[in-house]
Amino acid sequence: MLNRRPLSYYLLSAFFALFLLFLYGPMLCVYILSFQGPEGGMSFPMRGVSLVWFQTLFSAEGRGVGDIHNSFLRSIRLGLIVALLTMLIGVAAGMSFRRRYPGANFVFYSAIASMVVPGIFVGFGIALTLRLLGLRPDWWYSGIGAQLTWSLPFAMLIMFIILGRLDKSYEEAATDLGASPAQRFQYVILPLILPGVVGIVMAGFTSSYEESARAGLNIGTGNTMPMELTGLLGAATTPVMFAVGTLTTLFMFTTVIATLLVSARLARRRQLRLAAQHG
Amino acid sequence: MMSPRVASWLQATPFAMIMTGLVLVPLGIIVAVSFMDYGFAEIIPEFYLGNWIDVFRSQLTLDTYATVLRQAFIVWGVTLLLGFTIAYYLIYHVRSNFWRAIFLAACAIPFWTSGPIRMISWVPLLGREGLVNQALLGLGLIDAPIPWLLYSEFSVIVVYINMLTMAMVGPIANSMAKISPSVVQAARDQGASEWQVITEIIIPLVKPGIAVGTIFIVTAVMGDGFLVRAMSGNQVNTPAVAIMNEINAFQYPPAAAKSVLLLVVVMAFVGVLLRLVDIRKELAR
Repeated sequence: MLNRRPLSYYLLSAFFALFLLFLYGPMLCVYILSFQGPEGGMSFPMRGVSLVWFQTLFSAEGRGVGDIHNSFLRSIRLGLIVALLTMLIGVAAGMSFRRRYPGANFVFYSAIASMVVPGIFVGFGIALTLRLLGLRPDWWYSGIGAQLTWSLPFAMLIMFIILGRLDKSYEEAATDLGASPAQRFQYVILPLILPGVVGIVMAGFTSSYEESARAGLNIGTGNTMPMELTGLLGAATTPVMFAVGTLTTLFMFTTVIATLLVSARLARRRQLRLAAQHG
Repeated sequence: MMSPRVASWLQATPFAMIMTGLVLVPLGIIVAVSFMDYGFAEIIPEFYLGNWIDVFRSQLTLDTYATVLRQAFIVWGVTLLLGFTIAYYLIYHVRSNFWRAIFLAACAIPFWTSGPIRMISWVPLLGREGLVNQALLGLGLIDAPIPWLLYSEFSVIVVYINMLTMAMVGPIANSMAKISPSVVQAARDQGASEWQVITEIIIPLVKPGIAVGTIFIVTAVMGDGFLVRAMSGNQVNTPAVAIMNEINAFQYPPAAAKSVLLLVVVMAFVGVLLRLVDIRKELAR
């Protein structure tokens, strides 16, 4: 009786499988069709199998792929800087909520506002402000700044969730044992929130890499990857865009897996070191 | 030794400065510019009501809002049904934590592909020679390919649902996971059917999650112009698309007036939903 599944279980499993098909179907089409033969188009059937669309991407002429290489490098550069700043500013702001202070509500609700205000308004507002100030937008200040308005609220929410689950008595114990605030953060809090901090870095990078509504008007010259791809959508007639899709997905996949492995390794090394110290 | 209050202020200052300087002030600037005159690609800083008069006189305003409200309502309804069902399955039917994590990861992986690529990925499915038309032709259900599957309001809505359902699953699953199992068990012991447990216990208790998911979905649909333009082949006009077109034509003051109106509509909606749910409590629990 305990382990007999009701009928609803099987119906819902089938429903979930269909949902996964709905999510993965289009993506599988992209991955498969990126290996389309040279005569083939953007739809099935496959006319042979080839790497010709990947070669097109890397050939000097780059038929119909615009400035993909440089926009990709720009996006990576922007993403790394945004991720780092998001971590520093977001973790600090999250820590401020460990205590009650006047203005805490303002910080919290300004972040919620930034999250729910559609991105084009934030981007447009920043562009208008720069214009009235007579400044030219450039990626290293207005581009980064515009993207921080999107990545920071997520960092704060992640901090809220992990700190909400963190037992306050650990910190109190550290203080009672004579730890300075810096020691308390380094030896007690940071190890406990480290998975969340890795999550913030990843969220910062991906939100920057995907974002164009806010940065678009404020990046200055030189498109980022999503802007470049959006521009190419209308003109796309060959599977070369699918080759871009396959390669960038592979890149993201590698990045995410590598980050997870590195953070798991760090956590393990730390555990071993602590065990050795107290062993 | 620094007082705790000053320490908190120092920690929050960079964050607060970015939110103030790059979100709140710029939104204020949009409001100000909406009352300014304009020439060719320039803003003339004089008080001018023309932008607002145009917004309220134009039939375009009504049409675009009718379109986007219809889209938002359909997308919300479908993602709510899908999202609730999937969250319920993951929380109440998948028993091992391992498989639950795997299933959630499986739902997230498609989002590692860039947005524009995910949009164009519908061409091989919904296009004139796409798989759906091929299948329907092969089955003899239609004689000629259906033209409105792609570059239409239909494809806009399908892609919204594809991209946004997970934004509904997340908050609802989060609320569901907080329901004490003993409450559900007690109802079962009293002889409640699965359907009664869902309608009498689970739905009332996941309302905050539904509200948060609704905020994500509605703000995403109302504020998006990129997806509509790409998936409708520039054939569907929403308020956000109209704003983007004017920004691209350097007509900033009228774009600002339209922006303020859309912002007020979206924020009023969010405000009503936030009255129904204490978002801060919902997160910290």
